[in-house]
Amino acid sequence: MKILVSAKRVSDPNARLHVAADGRWVEGDVEYILNPFCENAIEGALQLAEAHEGTETVVVGIGDEDTARFLRQGALARGIDRALLVNADEAAIDSDLIARIYAAVVAKEEPDIVLLGKQAVDCDSNQVAQLLAEYLGWPQATFASKIEVVGSEVRVTREVDGGLEVLGLTLPCVISADLRLNEPRYASLTGIMKAKKKPLDELELDDLGLGAATPKVRVVAMSTPPGRVAGVMVKDVDELILKLRTEARAI
Amino acid sequence: MSTPALPLELDALIGWSDQLTEEEREVRATTRRWVDGHAQPHIVDDFEAGTFRRSHVKELAQLGLLGAPLPAEYGCAAVSNVAYGLACLELERCDSGLRSFVSVQTSLAMYAIWRFGSEEQRRRWLPKMATGDVVGCFGLTEPDHGSNPAGMAARCRRDGDGWVLGGTKMWITNAQIADVAVFWARESGGDGRILGFVVERGTAGFSAADIPHKLSMRASHTGSLHCDEVRVPEAARLPGAAGLVAPLACLENARYGVAFGVLGAGMDCFERARTYSRDRRQFGVPLAAKQLVQAKLADMAADLVEGSLLALHAGRLKDKGQLSSVQVSVLKRQNCRKALRIAREARGLLGANGIVVDYGVVRHMVNLESTYTYEGTDEVHTLAIGRALTGENAF
Repeated sequence: MKILVSAKRVSDPNARLHVAADGRWVEGDVEYILNPFCENAIEGALQLAEAHEGTETVVVGIGDEDTARFLRQGALARGIDRALLVNADEAAIDSDLIARIYAAVVAKEEPDIVLLGKQAVDCDSNQVAQLLAEYLGWPQATFASKIEVVGSEVRVTREVDGGLEVLGLTLPCVISADLRLNEPRYASLTGIMKAKKKPLDELELDDLGLGAATPKVRVVAMSTPPGRVAGVMVKDVDELILKLRTEARAI
Repeated sequence: MSTPALPLELDALIGWSDQLTEEEREVRATTRRWVDGHAQPHIVDDFEAGTFRRSHVKELAQLGLLGAPLPAEYGCAAVSNVAYGLACLELERCDSGLRSFVSVQTSLAMYAIWRFGSEEQRRRWLPKMATGDVVGCFGLTEPDHGSNPAGMAARCRRDGDGWVLGGTKMWITNAQIADVAVFWARESGGDGRILGFVVERGTAGFSAADIPHKLSMRASHTGSLHCDEVRVPEAARLPGAAGLVAPLACLENARYGVAFGVLGAGMDCFERARTYSRDRRQFGVPLAAKQLVQAKLADMAADLVEGSLLALHAGRLKDKGQLSSVQVSVLKRQNCRKALRIAREARGLLGANGIVVDYGVVRHMVNLESTYTYEGTDEVHTLAIGRALTGENAF
């Protein structure tokens, strides 16, 4: 079995971001982390590989040398077998183009399972797995909280409103990982030391036949939330009710 | 858009990130993640209960922290000394006792076997010690011989094709939980050399006891070892060790990790003091707006910058095999001094809250009293430096 997993870097949710002057992207020294849902996908692939001998795991990232660092340290150091870096400007691609890139990589690699983070926590689009399944014509299961290979099918448990849903999918298939799928392992010191010795191949968009591809969605504007306004002290309950009615229009 | 300037990160002030390799940064990061997730949440409870969590042994082993700088052929991670130092720093950001466990296993017990053991001894012990299946300790200090180990009373004598050991060792980290002890003793008769032995738990006449009522290093086991006519085979003797120089080389190796580690305790104290002084308001302003408070914070931060750069420099020298004994003395003395001073200042800055264990700093402060003393006291290192500078032995 071969499993392809995603590793996308995202801006640290705890960091303070500055919107660029043109309003289309963030600027400055942004701290990046590995997308937490991709960490779940990586751990999911490692657990499947441990349960099924002879499984090969491959991580795919899109970006530049910094993304390569996350492929090495977020995936290879944890035990993924090899990495593919697709060189591209992250600011100039949308979810759809990411899905097309993955589809082209899948055509080259021919995996049995593509296991992606359900969404990236920077833009929260939650589209790539679904678009990819459509482009490939493969079955899909999103928001997986449990994955088991049973005979020739994959059983995926999904947390849905009010309970659990278990799907059986034929292979090959696309699965997106939810937070409860697992608790990602820590990279061990041995893994960290081995990461640079594992294969990391680079691909250009041209290699994937996507050299001329353009995104279908562009960012028109970004802005930070308005700062919090100081509270107002009221004298008594009557004034509170008055303000709730006339100013806040809450009652 | 104007945004308020963020408080400067200590790491940015040190400015060492770019001087670390990717692996060194990741070793530090993965250690910190484990510490934050698995050790920090219950360190106050463990400290108060006076216990070291046995489950940590396997977790630390899975991370690859046990024996981390030793070669991969013995199941170790073979990281650089700088990476190992940074891991010590992150462990000690949580508690000096946690770092002490790793230091003793790695830099004393495993190092002694690796450096002075036979190939057979290395292959027998090191892989199991790296996986945490075997916990080690190191017995050099005695009840009556601390700073002067040459005066040791423990004795070993040849007996047929084996040895008989006798004597007591004191202040031994991990003593009570150790499966093996590296035990140093002076040869009776012969030329009176100091020899090292790997003694297994359960050997007749060999016992370990707890040292109770400690107010420092409470999250770490400290005990004594006792050998009463303990018979061990020749195969238990470390063949490469002959003379006091061998255990001293082990201590020198461990001091490096101590000196890197205490920075973590100092950093945690600084950060807690900084947070407290920015949050706490007196006289209508945050404490941090007061000049006396800023002077203390500036001193603490500057000490941490100096200590970090010294440790990094020492680590690079150690990786090249060029770190000298007297340089280790400077490093251990300066960083343990600084960390203790920072912890005491932080304790003061936190006022009455500073004496409460939940606020963290007083725990670090009492732990650092041990680091000031163990692995060569402040005074011993001062005299070692003085001897190197003058050629006069003032011990």
